[in-house]
Amino acid sequence: MALLSKKDANLILDPLADNNPITIQVLGICSALAITAELKASIVMAFSVLFVMGMGNVVISLMRDIIPSKIRIIVQLVVVAALVIMVDQVLKAFAYELSKTLSVFVGLIITNCIIMGRFEAFALANGPWRSFLDGIGNAAGYGLILVIIGFFRELLGSGTLLGFKVLGDPIEKTGLYSIGYENNGFMLLSPMALIVVGLIIWVQRSRNKALIEEN
Amino acid sequence: MSLKSNLHNLKERYKGKKMAPAFNAIHTFLYAPNETTHSGSHVRVVDDLKRTMNTVIMALVPVLLFGIFNAGYQHNAAVDAANGVIRQASIFGNFLTWENFIMGAWTVLPLVIVSYAVGLAVEFLFAVIKGHEVEEGYLVTGMLVPLIVPIDTPLWMLAVAVVFGVVIGKEVFGGTGMNILNPALTIRAFLFFAYPTWMSGDKVWVHQAVDLAGGPDAISGETILGYLAQGKGAEMSYSVADMFFGFIPGSVGETSTILILLGGLFLIFSKIASWRIMVSAVAGALVMGLIFNGVVDAGWITETSKFYGLMSFAFWQHLIVGGLAFGIVYMATDPVTGAQTNRGKWVYGFFIGFISVLIRVFNPAYPEGVFLAILLMNVFAPTIDHYVVRGNINKRLKRAKNATILPRDVEGKAQELKAETV
Repeated sequence: MALLSKKDANLILDPLADNNPITIQVLGICSALAITAELKASIVMAFSVLFVMGMGNVVISLMRDIIPSKIRIIVQLVVVAALVIMVDQVLKAFAYELSKTLSVFVGLIITNCIIMGRFEAFALANGPWRSFLDGIGNAAGYGLILVIIGFFRELLGSGTLLGFKVLGDPIEKTGLYSIGYENNGFMLLSPMALIVVGLIIWVQRSRNKALIEEN
Repeated sequence: MSLKSNLHNLKERYKGKKMAPAFNAIHTFLYAPNETTHSGSHVRVVDDLKRTMNTVIMALVPVLLFGIFNAGYQHNAAVDAANGVIRQASIFGNFLTWENFIMGAWTVLPLVIVSYAVGLAVEFLFAVIKGHEVEEGYLVTGMLVPLIVPIDTPLWMLAVAVVFGVVIGKEVFGGTGMNILNPALTIRAFLFFAYPTWMSGDKVWVHQAVDLAGGPDAISGETILGYLAQGKGAEMSYSVADMFFGFIPGSVGETSTILILLGGLFLIFSKIASWRIMVSAVAGALVMGLIFNGVVDAGWITETSKFYGLMSFAFWQHLIVGGLAFGIVYMATDPVTGAQTNRGKWVYGFFIGFISVLIRVFNPAYPEGVFLAILLMNVFAPTIDHYVVRGNINKRLKRAKNATILPRDVEGKAQELKAETV
């Protein structure tokens, strides 16, 4: 017997590709541009959002019958804020350097439109298990794109991956640098991150024509 | 059988195949195609898009040739300067020499070849994939690109930038005629942001200066704007004539203002480029230069200010140094990315000149801003056109509203009837 029914599995798999929060719904772009200059920061950000969304969706789903609809936005914000503060404190305690790199952007997970979007669109209308899967799926879809962007930006912009000098040393001129290769400083700037997102969207839509809108 | 009919037969044979656009492009580049009208009531003119592009390239050839000589000349001048020999430029004495030409051609022609090979490869690829005809857009871009980069730009960097510029700057918008940004300037901007060390400083403008840096034979050549930005205007040994004729370091094709001026006149008389944009851009640059000169004259900034050097530079000399003249004549007048309406062209051109000098003076890292100004105004060109068209519509609407129609009935009172607004 499969671990998840087909319907439940789709909750996780859909946001990874055909209903990706970044490339299809075009949500959460802001943080995708801001923190993806390094792969490590992208990965930490991805896991932070994974935690916040998984837990947040479960909490909201459990409380969905007792939240008065007039004040539901405030309730949702309180839940996200509480979870984000937890993540922020953990990062500050165990990965201080990294939390400095991510700076304000961990706090800004609160304003990530994907999270509030899933609360509104899914958790308020579904049970905790399915909400959990939906939260994990969407956060994974978001994280996947973050990691792809972070990979290319760090590799081409700094010549490193997770801090390792995979292309050689630019100062001592080893590896690729010995034949005249140079890092692309444009990759470290946010506009290039947007262009990378655009290229990912381009590749995705040309592989799956069903995603192309009629106009 | 002539080459023309051979190509025509090839075209017929490959009709409907994937590779057809590639053959058609070569055919129509060399000859007028057989399918054109030969009779009937059609206007038959020869100035199609290809002819337009070729005219611009003809206007660029003198600039390219000068750039080749200047590349060699600047190298030799820098070597002389490093040895303490003072060198006076003379056209036939030490400028138009075989030595300069060979050295220049050896460095400039690879830039041209890489630019065309990579750019046309991308164009052909997209034409084959998308199944449309190859567009002529790259003919001019390919010639502009080597002229606006520093002489020793590594070829692989140029190739990367050309791919980026053609794909992101043009093809994603739908190809030639649909792009909102000038592709050549997109390529320049990409190089500038991606590899800033190769685009600025006192080493990149002179051939081999980067290779020789740090050694006993080290040479350097700072641009005039570079001298001024560092407040070293007094150390500069270039005369106004040097600046005007172009015996100064700089990007390959941008230095000779007089040849650019002649190219510009040629483009104006052949009605390829808009004189409105050129005139208003020059006016804009002069106005901004005058403002800065006024600021200096009023004593609002002191000599210790880091902007003093560029602000106190005579306003009209801004036109003959850096890439301003080249940008105004060959890039701002791009008919695709510029403003389309006549009144819009005045506004568009004026701001290009105005903002160019503004960026030039205030950019702390890089004392030149023509390419940024033109790209910025490229983005605003449709907005300018929109308001010009809107303004025209409103004006005519008002006229229609106020128009009076006299009744035909002459017997009745001359009652004035308001025309219905459309």
